[in-house]
Amino acid sequence: MNGADTGFVLISAALVMLMTPGLALFYGGMVRTKSVLNMLMMSFISLGIVTVLWVLYGHSIAFSGDLGGFMGNFDMIGMKGVNPDSLMENFAGEKIPVLAFSLFQMLFAVITAALMSGALADRVKFSSWMVFIALWVTVVYFPVAHWVWGGGWLAKLDPAVIDFAGGTAVHINAGVGALAAVLVVGKRVGFKKDPMRPHNMPLVLLGTALLWFGWFGFNAGSELGVDGTTATMALNTQVATGAAMLGWLIYERIRHGAFTTLGACSGAVAGLVAITPSGGNVNVFGAMLIGVVAGAVCSWAVSLKFKLGFDDSLDVVGVHLVGGILGTLMVGFLAINGTGGLDQFISQLTGAGAVIGYTFVVTLILAFAIQKTIGFRATEDDEVGGIDQAQHAETGYDFSGVASSGSSVSATVPATPAQSKKVDA
Amino acid sequence: MKLITAVVKPHRLDEIKEALQAFGVQGLTVTEASGYGRQRGHTEVYRGAEYTVDLVPKIRIEVLVEDDDAEQLVDVVVKAARTGKIGDGKVWAVPVETAVRVRTGERGPDAL
Repeated sequence: MNGADTGFVLISAALVMLMTPGLALFYGGMVRTKSVLNMLMMSFISLGIVTVLWVLYGHSIAFSGDLGGFMGNFDMIGMKGVNPDSLMENFAGEKIPVLAFSLFQMLFAVITAALMSGALADRVKFSSWMVFIALWVTVVYFPVAHWVWGGGWLAKLDPAVIDFAGGTAVHINAGVGALAAVLVVGKRVGFKKDPMRPHNMPLVLLGTALLWFGWFGFNAGSELGVDGTTATMALNTQVATGAAMLGWLIYERIRHGAFTTLGACSGAVAGLVAITPSGGNVNVFGAMLIGVVAGAVCSWAVSLKFKLGFDDSLDVVGVHLVGGILGTLMVGFLAINGTGGLDQFISQLTGAGAVIGYTFVVTLILAFAIQKTIGFRATEDDEVGGIDQAQHAETGYDFSGVASSGSSVSATVPATPAQSKKVDA
Repeated sequence: MKLITAVVKPHRLDEIKEALQAFGVQGLTVTEASGYGRQRGHTEVYRGAEYTVDLVPKIRIEVLVEDDDAEQLVDVVVKAARTGKIGDGKVWAVPVETAVRVRTGERGPDAL
């Protein structure tokens, strides 16, 4: 076993873990005061649900064997047969524990599911959201991860799809999933009429910073070891992200006359997304170009929701889908080490197209099934009054004024569980 | 007696307080307020979506004074509140029928 590589993968896994709460803060700051906790929780809950499903069967579906290129088999259900001494080869041919790889990949699944939550801000039942992401990772994420990284059909294309750290499996996947879910769930009450200003921009910047920091593990960690490619990926991650922040801000300054904080944060995230599939395969100027283009194009793309009339509340489609597609396609032309060119571009196009098609249709069916059975949306009263109070029996902030001092302070533990208020419809 | 009410920019509070003290005013009431005048509010941009914020933050200062001092005091407040930029606010005076000091029950000018 190679200790350095193993150590790096474990630290990278911990960095990727931090991205999900970072994402929660990024999203949480962008919603209104009355629904900040729900937004945080919709992302955060993924760390519970997807973690458990991953060890039960996710790892097996993604990385054990191969059934027709579509998914893995069930030989590793419950991590069967894997023990601390089980080793696998990384890209450098060094041995690392399968469990380290599994933990790293688990956290990719966690954040992919969490990414979709931003599109459905303020308006879905929390219970239905939990059911949705459990089903979604099962039938969408785990198989698609197998396609790209588990030896599935996209990995078998000639030339194979380049997806270093998840442009297709993570960002296009989450972006399309979000779009399909939004089309079923519908718009927030008051979309395009009521102001829905972000309530806490410092929180957005803090979340962005945590995402950026964690992304080094996400991208560089995907080499599964420590070598020149790892360093390339880490450097490119930084370069593309910085360039994308500038790209977004310049576009915004021209179009809207100000360098906004949300623009800087959104641009950074767009750059991180776009460099994800390609970072190990381009040089530093390729990374810079990918960053600037992603920043400017995503900035333009987020305005589409108002034109097209779908309420992708926090621009998951505009940033992750568009950024993911850009990065996935641009690597086709910009790839160094002899892999670029038209053939590669066609492979990239096939990969992006396949994930878009599969994920869109399956997510649409899933979301529709949930809508028709247990109901996806919260009631209009709960949505307007604030989903935090209705779904979580909490509020994010205590703005105690005269009006809120009337509540009596009594023993807060109910005498019997049956008397406790039912908070989840 | 007169009630002087000033709805002005929040950052002028200290100047106004000092001016009132220099004039000899014993007490005042300050309330956070919001509103707009002819300039309306401002526009904020989040990811290209523009939000018009009509109501801008103001403070309301209220002072009770004797009739003879009212005109002069209005001028004092106006002078202290003025920045010369748009949105400086308004000051007005209205007659007050009665005022009572709660602690002692004194009425009228004695209560000020």
